[in-house]
Amino acid sequence: MQSSLFVQYLVSGLIYGSIYAAVAIGFNIIYNATGIINFAQGEFAMLGGMISSTLAGILPLALAVLAAVALTALVGAALERVFLRKVARGGVLKMVITTIGLSIVIREAALLVWGEGVRTLPFFTGNEVSSVSFLGANFSPQVFWVVGITALVVAGLTAFFRFTLIGKAMRGCSANRDGASLCGIDPGRTVTIAFGLSAAIGAVAGCIVAPLTQTHYAIGTGLAIKGFTVAAFGGLGNSVAAVVAGLFLGMLESFSIIVVPEAYKDVVTICVLLAVLFVKPSGLFGSRAVGALKDY
Amino acid sequence: MRIGRIAKAAAFCALALSCLSSAFAAPAGTADPIKIGAIFGVTGPAAYLGAPEDKTARMVVDDINKSGGILGRQVQLIVKDSGASAEKAISFAKQLIEEDNVVAIIGPTTSGESMAIKDICQKAGMPLLSCASAETITNPVAKYVFKVPPKDNYIAEWLYQTMNKMGISKIGVIAANTGFGNGGKAQLEKYASKYGITIAISEVYDAAATDLTALLTKVNAAGVQAVVNWSIEPAQAIVAKNMRQLKMTQQLFQSHGFANIKYVEAAGEAAEGIIFPCARLIIADQLSDSNPQKKLLMKYNSDYKAMFKEDASTFGGHAFDALNILKAAIESAKSTDADKIVAAIEGIKNFSGTGGVFSFSGDDHNGLQMDGIVMVTVKKGKFVPYTGK
Repeated sequence: MQSSLFVQYLVSGLIYGSIYAAVAIGFNIIYNATGIINFAQGEFAMLGGMISSTLAGILPLALAVLAAVALTALVGAALERVFLRKVARGGVLKMVITTIGLSIVIREAALLVWGEGVRTLPFFTGNEVSSVSFLGANFSPQVFWVVGITALVVAGLTAFFRFTLIGKAMRGCSANRDGASLCGIDPGRTVTIAFGLSAAIGAVAGCIVAPLTQTHYAIGTGLAIKGFTVAAFGGLGNSVAAVVAGLFLGMLESFSIIVVPEAYKDVVTICVLLAVLFVKPSGLFGSRAVGALKDY
Repeated sequence: MRIGRIAKAAAFCALALSCLSSAFAAPAGTADPIKIGAIFGVTGPAAYLGAPEDKTARMVVDDINKSGGILGRQVQLIVKDSGASAEKAISFAKQLIEEDNVVAIIGPTTSGESMAIKDICQKAGMPLLSCASAETITNPVAKYVFKVPPKDNYIAEWLYQTMNKMGISKIGVIAANTGFGNGGKAQLEKYASKYGITIAISEVYDAAATDLTALLTKVNAAGVQAVVNWSIEPAQAIVAKNMRQLKMTQQLFQSHGFANIKYVEAAGEAAEGIIFPCARLIIADQLSDSNPQKKLLMKYNSDYKAMFKEDASTFGGHAFDALNILKAAIESAKSTDADKIVAAIEGIKNFSGTGGVFSFSGDDHNGLQMDGIVMVTVKKGKFVPYTGK
């Protein structure tokens, strides 16, 4: 294969991978804080893209994106306070099913608010026909934004969980909820923050890819499935693993096109996921011991 | 005690029955309305098509009812939103036939759905006027099944004729993995040799794809002079953008599924220069006054825009044509009997619609000819007739 062609597939894989990783990280944050899989995670990305594309008409682009992220974070936190906290006592399964219900409600609400049309967000640099060349490959400058911001988010999260008090409290809650609560950490508040944070990251992902992929009310489901695949593939709860797994799956999808029609690229990724989970049920980097501590 | 309970239950049943019967009773003082069923993908992946069809159908039925209905009877339109799912289309078709007892069904929006209910309508003797374009809907002809969009082989032949004039002979074909996309791809493959065109690469992609750079990289590597994309979903705009981002300079052709100005808006500058074949509706204002369709097209465009504050598209036009053809057929048959409606539709000749001038017959349940289609290109964000370089 020509080297430029190889780089071109690599860049496509990088775009897919970064998007999947960003959504998977959102899954992981909530999984760590509560032990549940939040199936409304994809809707956060949808809300981010839709709100920013609406606000971009009246605000400068940067402000529109920031406002969209903030609003989506509020939605995420509110969902936890209003709905999930009420069913938390019913167990993990009840909460998971509630998140599925909430994802449907959010999607239908978005349909009512924005209609069925596809929206685009202006490109952060240049426009739809801008292209940069790198090692013989050509791609939109938006790719730099997608990869750069995803990297920043991962670095920021790592620092947040390692160095800030709230981050440490969230880790404490995930390790031992009762113990954390004895140390004076309010688990309820921590979980609310986890939902807000997770929603914000989903919204960031939704905003940075919206110029490339466009957005509409129903994109959340597909993203949630991919994000969950990546999170499970890397090992639930591990954000760095999510990035590695995301990039791996992204590359797999893009390079699989050489031999398999695009329409069936999902088949390839799901087969690989199944193969990995058969051999190592806790995911590539997951630990069985940690998994056993979780309810679900 | 027990008798009391039974009496209560009986009273409840009686009450429920009386409620039900009054709910089903026709409004006093008018003849029974003519019920027309419609199955559109109002939401979901084909919403760009189904939503304008839904709006148009309601607008047309309102107009018909304001001007006295059909045969003096009001029209009741029952719209079902299939979300472009073939499974839902099947259950809605059965519901419309068995429970709602409609006179005819308009739609469904997509080719996959239309093929899914073709047999159901044929077996039930229910006239179906599909708004989808795959050739297989009316070939082989089923007695009760019609369609109003142009046949996709006309579209393929128009594309190839244009390529011949432009000196293009080696192309890449990409299509959404849907009934529409696969249907179009099959027509392109079938007619390529007739026009001396070589298809160097032919691929399908997931209808919900959000990035096609990897696929287009593969197409580009095949050394083609032009790319034909056959899809209805917003992926059309993504193809246009991705090609420019990959610095691909080949001519991009699209199918008639591109005939919605929203796709142009979504693709922005990347839409410039795209060439595609379609019916005259979207360039109605640029037609000469002598064109038999012009008056009707302009009226539909302005009515639609006034009512819904958005530009009309050829898809809404399909619903417009289907309803008006059905209306004309019921009026000439002077009956809502299925067999009489079918005979009346087959007798319709030189009927101006948005999709072209229809002339049906027993063998032709589409009624459109090659000349119903024109080549259109995008210039400064607007559709204009393509007149060559």
